Amino acid sequence: MADAPVVAGLARGQLHELYYWMRLTRTLEEKLVALYRQTKVVGGLFRSLGQEADAVGSAYALDRTRGDILSPLIRNLGSMLVQGATPIEVLRQYMAKADGPTHGRELNIHFNDLDRGFLGQTSHLGDMVPVMCGVTMSFKLRREPRVGLVYVGDGAMSTGAFHEGINFAAVQRLPLVIIAENNGYAYSTPMAKQTAVRFLADKAAGYGVAAEQADGNDVVAVYETTRRAVERARAGGGVTLVELITFRRKGHAEHDNQSYVTREELDAWEARDPIDRYVRRLTESGWATAAELATIDARVSGEVDQAVAACENEPLPEGASALTGVFADPPAADLEWYRRL
Amino acid sequence: MALVTFLEAIRDGLREEMERDERVFLMGEDIGSFGGAFKVTEGLQDRFGAERVIDTPIAETAFIGAAAGAAHMGFRPVCEVQFIDFLSCAYSILTNYVATARYRAGLKTSLVVRGPSGGYVRGGPFHSQNPEAAYLHTPGLKIVAPATVRDAKGLIKAAIRDDDPVLYFEHKYLYRRIKDDLPYGEDIVTPIGKARLAREGKHLTVVSWSAMVWKVLEAAETLEKEGVSVEVIDLRSLLPFDEESIVTSVKKTNRVLVVHEDTRTGGMAGEITARINERCFEWLDAPVRRVCAHDVPLPYAPTLEDFVLPQTDDIVKAARWMVEY
Repeated sequence: MADAPVVAGLARGQLHELYYWMRLTRTLEEKLVALYRQTKVVGGLFRSLGQEADAVGSAYALDRTRGDILSPLIRNLGSMLVQGATPIEVLRQYMAKADGPTHGRELNIHFNDLDRGFLGQTSHLGDMVPVMCGVTMSFKLRREPRVGLVYVGDGAMSTGAFHEGINFAAVQRLPLVIIAENNGYAYSTPMAKQTAVRFLADKAAGYGVAAEQADGNDVVAVYETTRRAVERARAGGGVTLVELITFRRKGHAEHDNQSYVTREELDAWEARDPIDRYVRRLTESGWATAAELATIDARVSGEVDQAVAACENEPLPEGASALTGVFADPPAADLEWYRRL
Repeated sequence: MALVTFLEAIRDGLREEMERDERVFLMGEDIGSFGGAFKVTEGLQDRFGAERVIDTPIAETAFIGAAAGAAHMGFRPVCEVQFIDFLSCAYSILTNYVATARYRAGLKTSLVVRGPSGGYVRGGPFHSQNPEAAYLHTPGLKIVAPATVRDAKGLIKAAIRDDDPVLYFEHKYLYRRIKDDLPYGEDIVTPIGKARLAREGKHLTVVSWSAMVWKVLEAAETLEKEGVSVEVIDLRSLLPFDEESIVTSVKKTNRVLVVHEDTRTGGMAGEITARINERCFEWLDAPVRRVCAHDVPLPYAPTLEDFVLPQTDDIVKAARWMVEY
């Protein structure tokens, strides 16, 4: 059978999809770097190099047909793509285009579509944990078998909002999976200056929630571990804190040359690159042929190039469009107020 | 006659909205079986169950953030902050996340945060605040502060039905001190953004809101005996506020005094004064003046609190000064 599971309950087609999403994440980011260097990206550029498996594998563990919802962090472009965000939306966001999902109001991957199952993050780390408590409360109140998933990092877990949120979710026994991305650094601050625990998953005990841990650079392990937490949540088993151990191989944003990370550390993690590792595993296990992967690579390049061509020259929003939509009613801020003087 | 207190009017409004709309639910500290620190939600958990009247941990950021998440999914949550002083605990998520959600992301964010505000009750620095000014400067929030029993009910119902986040400041001094005839089930909805003309007058307009309106009306009685006719505008909504009603009244009386319980510097009165300058400076026969609390944290001792907060006599004196100007 072509769609029989071969590993972790995943069939060949699904294993290929995981590869597709990781490759799309990386290729899209590489294209964004090129646009950034051409000064076409208006603000900063955030890379998830080396973290594609953690983003893609965890999002893939959700059930899109049941309406599961996730809330990403800045290294989770891959999670959003899995949920249905498209390259052209991401490109328009970075380039502040009028036709982007937020019409130039928000930047980078700060956008959402609840119908597709992703709720946009804000810059205040930790805040999405309480907000996802409310999203998953809505599932519970309506007796819907849906699950929420929210990402935090070693930095976000130091915030009060994280603490209040996970505690609230635990007490309410909400169907929420919290992914703790342990990627070594929050901007320039290493984990040892962020927390005194050895592993982020150790914090679960303090909240009375289940803990899981996985190699964040092994997409199948990430999927399998997150899937367990998702199923626990869906079955009424409450919150799981899932730690994914990975590494941020680029600076906080493109301007940051990561001078605080040693060459040795970067080399060690480059050797554990999640895409290279997955390619080896796919081909060595006979789950994919080199030709099949080349076809996916070509598809990804084509899609990204097409998306860039389609939106690169689009206009920015009109200045006065900034005034609408603060409230449902009244519809717009007062354009003329200062002229009345 | 169905005489209800200010507090009961809030409870009736909550109950009626929960009855008519299953998307409405309540969250807060001690609001369930205990019925809330002031008993505003007493009996509601018995009536609607623990799933719709939810006792939370002491975590304002968590439950206001959760209210936003539930609102995105179509619910209309109402959060009780045990004393509105503690709203500052959730300042970040409220101003950064909740207030911007519609604008930046098109998210439905219909939620209400309500709680007891105000002084004159010997509550000390952390149980007496009127922190409205901290939120006035946040595009995306609405703020209401009822003065009457009728508006207590009408504004909680309007706030729940509003499609944007609304802060509802209920003055605890009024909770059991004022009563009105409010038939149970009467569907009163006070429009947000519209002031109430609390008293008509000719010589001076006083703009105020919340519990302070009653002191202003008391002052107006005294002034009437002196031949000074005072018009009193009860603003009811602070954000957005009814600029037109103020302008109309200024053009009639040509003198305006703004009275609020919050401290002076950076207070709402400054904004009202600026709008009057922009809209009707040439109609003024006297400078706009303010009667507000002194710029100090609110102290506990009765002698200190009475000195710091505006009193009826302060309003009378300021009004006399303005009329004689």
